[in-house]
Amino acid sequence: MRAGPTSWIRSILVMMGWLVVWELTVRLAKIPAYTLPAPSVVLQTLLLNADSLAGSWWFTLKITFGALLLACAGGVAMAGLFALYAPIEAAFLPLAVVLQVTPVVAIAPLMLIYIDSTTAALLLCAWIVAFFPILSNTLVGLRSADANLHDLFRLYRASPWQRLRWLLAPSALPYFVSGVKVSAGLSLIGAVTAEMVAGAAGRETGLASRILEASFRTETPKMFAALTLLVITGLLMFWGSGMLSDRLLSPWRGRATNVEDVQQ
Amino acid sequence: MDLNPLSHSIVLSDVSRRHPNGTLAVHGVSLDVGPREFVSLVGPSGCGKSTLLRLIAGLDKPTAGHINSPALELGPAQTGFVFQDATLMPWANVFDNVALPLRLAGRSHADSRPAVEAVLRSVGLGDVESSYPRELSGGMRMRVSIARALVTEPRVLLMDEPFAALDEITRQRLNDDLQFWWHARGIALVFVTHSVFEAVYLSERVMVMAARPGRVVADIRIAQPCPRDASFRLTPGFSDACRAVSQALEQASAMPADGLS
Repeated sequence: MRAGPTSWIRSILVMMGWLVVWELTVRLAKIPAYTLPAPSVVLQTLLLNADSLAGSWWFTLKITFGALLLACAGGVAMAGLFALYAPIEAAFLPLAVVLQVTPVVAIAPLMLIYIDSTTAALLLCAWIVAFFPILSNTLVGLRSADANLHDLFRLYRASPWQRLRWLLAPSALPYFVSGVKVSAGLSLIGAVTAEMVAGAAGRETGLASRILEASFRTETPKMFAALTLLVITGLLMFWGSGMLSDRLLSPWRGRATNVEDVQQ
Repeated sequence: MDLNPLSHSIVLSDVSRRHPNGTLAVHGVSLDVGPREFVSLVGPSGCGKSTLLRLIAGLDKPTAGHINSPALELGPAQTGFVFQDATLMPWANVFDNVALPLRLAGRSHADSRPAVEAVLRSVGLGDVESSYPRELSGGMRMRVSIARALVTEPRVLLMDEPFAALDEITRQRLNDDLQFWWHARGIALVFVTHSVFEAVYLSERVMVMAARPGRVVADIRIAQPCPRDASFRLTPGFSDACRAVSQALEQASAMPADGLS
């Protein structure tokens, strides 16, 4: 993860090399674009359809980030509640697990029936996929605080608020951040899956709808163009959450590696 | 505030503690520690040394008997507690770790500065206040932990095997420094240790404990005046005292448990 500049250059070179091989294979083997378009064709398609793709991209970004933000808020709030009141955890954790283990593809059609606004339904689906890692990680983190430090806070008669602010929250932060890293990827997956179920109809549609649409018309280069944007989104979320974690955890350096640091 | 001298000392009368899981951790312990006294508790694992310390600090409640201690009567600032590990907050620098007891008492960061700087200087850590715990050696971390316990200027310092995890040289240096801090500050010190030599070297009285149930079986006074230095280790008085404590420990471990558990 902690890559130096030379390793960056190496990764970029490998990517470029891969694209060149792809391009050459398609050209030399004369593979038709509706089977496998060359990278240059994908790029061309991307530029040609920039307008419609940008609108769809923006929609998918809204759902993804919206779901991630709500997952952070909901996951942390629920973890806090569970950590403070054990009976609430016993009552509600099974429900959270049920939501987590149900494939989102299977509940998305129901959500679309029950909720009028497609946007809200998609947001809810992506949220269901994304919130659980944040909830469970934060919960573990809140409980990870050192027992002796707990005693020390008790010895100095800390108020519940002081304990939360100076002991529980800092103890949970590395766990929360690693939950966010997992959820960042999941919220994109949740958003795209739900969009796939919602289909190509409707006024506001995202990149998944563009892919479906293009697939009905066998416009393979357009499918790849939309896919490229999804890959870029995924990479941005991965890097973004990695940078966020590095910044938030600078005082923990050397400890953050104990917590799961690599995912996907 | 009650300034009667009795409330400066720690008095345990016939104290027992049964843990919630049913084990009788200490049984019928009576002891007193004077206002400026240095007392060590030695004994085999499971003899309730740490439980006694937690009872004195008010972290656990006795199930029978009565305890008088500054922690219970004069408020949290009167007792410092040092654990076996330094138990520092890894996300906070040295200053914030040491300032914690003051911050928990409601003092601001700026308000805590004079006390924190003074106590850091006195434990020999004047220049590391913005370092993080992971950047310090084990001995320095323990000094930070002691500074945190002393920052409220308590009357009593309770230490639970504080130097057990340190190397011998660091340990001896901290032993000498600890004597100096104890003497200069005029505080009462209750020190739990596994080491007979450490107990004899440091303390005015050594309490020997037996296990199952935890109880005090010997109270041995070490005559040598304090503070002491390394030459004390070479005197006959030191070896006699060590022998006396070791014998008491052997008798304690040979003693049958008296049917209580």
